[in-house]
Amino acid sequence: MHYVIAGAGPAAVAAAEHLRELDGDAGVTLIGVQSQPPYSRMAIPYYLTGKVGEEGTYLRRTEDHYEKIGIDLMCGEVVSVEPGTHQVVLADGQQVSYDKLLLATGAEPIIPPVPGMDDPRVQQCWHLEDAKRIIELAKPGARAVQVGAGFIGCIILESWVLREVNLTVLEMGPRMVPRMLGDKAGSLLQSWCESKGVKVHTGVRVSAIESSEEELQVVLDNGEICPADVVIVSTGVKPRLDYLGGSGITIDQGIVIDEHMQTSVPDVYAAGDCAQGLDFSTGKTAVHAVQPTATEHGRVAAANMVGANNLPYKGSLNMNVLDTLGLITCSFGAWEGVDGGDYGELYNPENFQYINLQFKDDVLVGANSVGYHQHLGVLRGLIETRMPLGPWKDKLKDNPVLLADAYVGVNQAALQKAQ
Amino acid sequence: MSWTGNILRVDLAAGTCTSEPTNMEWAHDYMGQRGLATKYLVEETDPKVDPLSPDNKMIFATGPLTGTIAPTSGRWSVVCKGPLTGAIACSNSGGFFGAELKNAGWDMVIFEGRSASPVYLDITNDQAELKDASDLWGKSVWDTETALRDRRGDPDVRVASIGLAGENGALYAAIVNDMDRAAGRSGVGAVMGSKQLKAVVVRGTLGVTVNDPMALMKTSNAAKELLAEHAVTGTGLPTHGTQVLMNVINEVGALPTRNGHDVQFDGAHDISAEAMAEVRESDGQANLVSNHACFGCPISCARRSKIDPTHFTVKDKPQYQIVSGGLEYEAAWALGAANGVKDLDALTYANFVCNEQGLDPISLGSTIGAAMDLYGSGAISQEDTGGVALEFGNTEAFVAMVEATARGEGFGKELGQGSRRLCEKYGHPEFSMTVKSQEFPAYDPRGIQGMGLTYATSNRGACHLRSYTVASEVLGIPEKTDPLVTEGKAGLVKAFQDATAAVDSSGTCVFTTFALSGEEIAPMVDAACEGDWSVERFVEVGERIWNMERQYNIAAGFTAADDTLPERLLKDAAKTGPAEGSVNRLDEMLPEYYELRGWDASGVPSAETLGRLGL
Amino acid sequence: MHKALVMKADACTGCHQCEMMCSYGKVGAFNPAKSVMDITIFDGGAVNVPSTCTQCEDAWCMVVCPVQAITCNPATGAKEVSAEACVGCKVCSIACPFGAINYDPDSGVVSKCDLCKGEPMCVEACPTTALAYVAQDSTGYERMRHNALLAAGL
Ligand SMILES: Cc1cc2nc3c(=O)[nH]c(=O)nc-3n(C[C@H](O)[C@H](O)[C@H](O)COP(=O)(O)OP(=O)(O)OC[C@H]3O[C@@H](n4cnc5c(N)ncnc54)[C@H](O)[C@@H]3O)c2cc1C
Ligand code: SF4
Ligand code: SF4
Repeated sequence: MHYVIAGAGPAAVAAAEHLRELDGDAGVTLIGVQSQPPYSRMAIPYYLTGKVGEEGTYLRRTEDHYEKIGIDLMCGEVVSVEPGTHQVVLADGQQVSYDKLLLATGAEPIIPPVPGMDDPRVQQCWHLEDAKRIIELAKPGARAVQVGAGFIGCIILESWVLREVNLTVLEMGPRMVPRMLGDKAGSLLQSWCESKGVKVHTGVRVSAIESSEEELQVVLDNGEICPADVVIVSTGVKPRLDYLGGSGITIDQGIVIDEHMQTSVPDVYAAGDCAQGLDFSTGKTAVHAVQPTATEHGRVAAANMVGANNLPYKGSLNMNVLDTLGLITCSFGAWEGVDGGDYGELYNPENFQYINLQFKDDVLVGANSVGYHQHLGVLRGLIETRMPLGPWKDKLKDNPVLLADAYVGVNQAALQKAQ
Repeated sequence: MSWTGNILRVDLAAGTCTSEPTNMEWAHDYMGQRGLATKYLVEETDPKVDPLSPDNKMIFATGPLTGTIAPTSGRWSVVCKGPLTGAIACSNSGGFFGAELKNAGWDMVIFEGRSASPVYLDITNDQAELKDASDLWGKSVWDTETALRDRRGDPDVRVASIGLAGENGALYAAIVNDMDRAAGRSGVGAVMGSKQLKAVVVRGTLGVTVNDPMALMKTSNAAKELLAEHAVTGTGLPTHGTQVLMNVINEVGALPTRNGHDVQFDGAHDISAEAMAEVRESDGQANLVSNHACFGCPISCARRSKIDPTHFTVKDKPQYQIVSGGLEYEAAWALGAANGVKDLDALTYANFVCNEQGLDPISLGSTIGAAMDLYGSGAISQEDTGGVALEFGNTEAFVAMVEATARGEGFGKELGQGSRRLCEKYGHPEFSMTVKSQEFPAYDPRGIQGMGLTYATSNRGACHLRSYTVASEVLGIPEKTDPLVTEGKAGLVKAFQDATAAVDSSGTCVFTTFALSGEEIAPMVDAACEGDWSVERFVEVGERIWNMERQYNIAAGFTAADDTLPERLLKDAAKTGPAEGSVNRLDEMLPEYYELRGWDASGVPSAETLGRLGL
Repeated sequence: MHKALVMKADACTGCHQCEMMCSYGKVGAFNPAKSVMDITIFDGGAVNVPSTCTQCEDAWCMVVCPVQAITCNPATGAKEVSAEACVGCKVCSIACPFGAINYDPDSGVVSKCDLCKGEPMCVEACPTTALAYVAQDSTGYERMRHNALLAAGL
């Protein structure tokens, strides 16, 4: 049996290792475009701030890790998939046969379709190479404009502030991180950033970037102009699918997969940022381009590849945690609420604190928080186990801050009942 | 190390909070908590100050062992001049607040002046700020604590606050922390109220470091083993709480009953630890739900209780149909035996109200007992009590008086002044079971002679926690002495007073002393603190503190004439029990006590004594 | 078979001795705020529940970490955080459904129970029988976890 994995990010590595664990004899090949060992995009912000060096971004810490456990690392770009012949083709023309194939090619940044994006002082923050270039450009005192305040934007923002640049953030949506935080949470985050000296404009669109020798000028749709020495573009991501033309694999927002992580084509599976899999909260499919989904997808796909589709997946819970200049925000599941649902809210703007808990009957289905960092994981526990909260629901509605107590209390009650 | 080295000074008039270094010289001479705070008070205030005036100061103090691994390290104290007594006041509390304050980096908080409007102090580590409490004024302790926790959005904050009693100036108002732990005695809550300080909320995440952690762990483990093995701290207190004493003291014939008319109570069993554990017929539950520990305490003497929801006291009041701080022995006695009331749930309710509105249950119970005495003798009538038939044993009348006092309404306002003022007003000062205006607790000096000397000489007015000779005279700790003889009691009282003053200054709980002596506690202090803390030095610090407090009281106007007991204890013999026929023979003990203390015949420390102690 | 921490709520009095020792082991000071053993107090202390990491087999925290900062100590089975490798991204702290691994803003990395290399200090400190370190399967919390997982269909 030969398992081939296209891509070498967290989803790919999690899958490869789990395949190895489950099927000791099989061949496992990872194909990635970069020359360096598989690394983590998530670690880039910490590379930017100097918290870790390049090695610190690698997914695994020992050099011979893959070799030691018998995973073949191949450097190359997959340019097409041929399910008929069970082969993938690389950019250099090489053909690699597979018995089962996992697509884990991740995502790529969305580049806004406006003129001026090709100036070398306009940078994505996606690859390790991008990060290196930004480090060059973002000298202390430089004027930096960040386009986009999505979740990745909000994480990397800290890197610029630490590099002592003069930062302006532009966001097209009505608030910061609009797809992860509600109004109150988003505006708390904004006033926090502003209190730290970052200029934030929401509800503005960039119409062009004009460049001269001395500076860049970011032109907004309202006519305003922001001068800049460096522009960082962080306007979202989309699954990387360009190599799938002619493969016959069904594509929607991403590669559509079923509950066994299989694509529309037998023996081909997909995982991570490129996949559109089951969403735990809605029961529909969606792309959840976050780390927990990537690793979980990878492991569940591996199990189904080995076990002939015998491990149905419960779906991924969309979740995220951000640390923006020291203010920690998080979001889980159906944070916007569900039909016929109910909620509890705590809002202390003067302390930059916010919790919003969304319920369906007496089950937690989603949450947002600002300014808390203790025991956030219990939100996942409560949502994914669909544990009935019983009397704790009303207590949480009154006082959402008791959520860790509620979690322990609900479990303790269940345990007592079981005994 | 061990001391944080920082004191927070809060000027309520100016609205400022400033940090200053702890005077380490004083810390070495007075240790911390009770001793060190009293030293600051002595140095910074006039002993003649009106306790409720802005010139009185109030100090929240931790000890060097507070917040450390030493067993029972949750203690903290409030020191000020007491409004009930006019003497030095030091009230000690447990729970979690003290350790949190220490973790926030403060040895003490000194409050001075008076705020123009209600405020609370908000502390997060080194950040401290006075904030508006107008919306909290008029709220109970329970509601204040909940509101502040919500406002802070942090479930881990700790709160100490006053309820209506402190706001209204009831002279035995308490400061309550963690919902039901209290700095209970001498009216420290009234001082807090007089300063318009509603609450202190604190969150500390800095940690407590000690000089020699390994040595502290070793000595603490040794102490913990002794505590676990000891019959009182290892078995009695954990299973029954302090209420283990109710039947014991009753049998000894030292349970002051119906305002001191009797020394045994026919209802003792009904309000005892054993009764708390019995399943009620009405709802099939016991009054006692569980025990609970203060921060760092392996003994866990605290009780959690629930009142029968159909009981008349709580029937339509869901706020009391909860599990909360249950009866301790002193409270059960004061609210029960002292009034002849034996309805356990009614007493529990009264105890809840004391926690909810911040009142000392000992003084409250004893004052109601005195009022019942006045009523029985005809000195007051239903006209005074607002139509209540205030007879001994009348449960409904008792409950009505508790509620009225907590809210400062009607006759409750007078009850809130304490029994000395009440009895004087109605012409029967001899009905007041007090020393230095403070109600005495649950041990009748006719049945336990040493407690007579204890009450008479206690620096904060009658109190069992200044020298608990019951340990020796009843429980045989460290060795058994006869409760009915006076011989040797002067020395016993002095030794207990000095040791207790030292323990109260260390940050640990005096209950450890059932199992531990200076031999075990001093080494913990020694491990935690810089400098050499031998057993001798530990006890000497205790003696120094005792004499300092005495000097303060003398300067405040107290004399040897105040070292006495209510007439009833000196003249009316016990009617039943082992002590039948005896009175307290204070006169046989007091002169010897003065002498042992190195005080002159009028109870004033001699120059030599003061010199020896460096005072 | 690895040993596990057994936590018994019925024996816990809420005294926090365990939290003090745990924090001492972690940060060298008695500082319950830094303890990874947590005592949750209900009903004003009538019920006290100790809880900490259950050292899951396929630990969520370990699997999700983008830089392999969490590894399994083969001797104890504990999932240990390397403070050098951890970048402080906090993803593990939302991935652990027990809320048992948490970010510490003072250190910039996460902290969790590591069983003190096989000699848990909390167990040492506990004056009652609420905490014990014994052969696995029997821990109440394991069962709790098991139930939770069954419900989640994981
Ligand atoms: C700056 C930044 C910060 C982030 N922060 C967080 C965070 O805090 N929390 C969180 O949950 N998520 C975060 N994310 C998202 C997270 O990194 C991704 O969800 C995760 O990396 C997805 O893993 P993946 O394996 O699916 O894809 P990727 O990590 O994108 O890996 C895909 C790999 O496949 C390679 N590849 C692509 N196409 C081909 C091809 N045709 N042939 C061969 N190889 C190919 C790519 O080069 C890449 O190495 C962040 C992302 C970024 C960029
Ligand atoms: S921290 Fe959480 S996920 Fe990690 S091993 Fe412990 S319980 Fe499991
Ligand atoms: S916070 Fe540290 S241990 Fe946790 S996932 Fe991130 S890097 Fe790994």
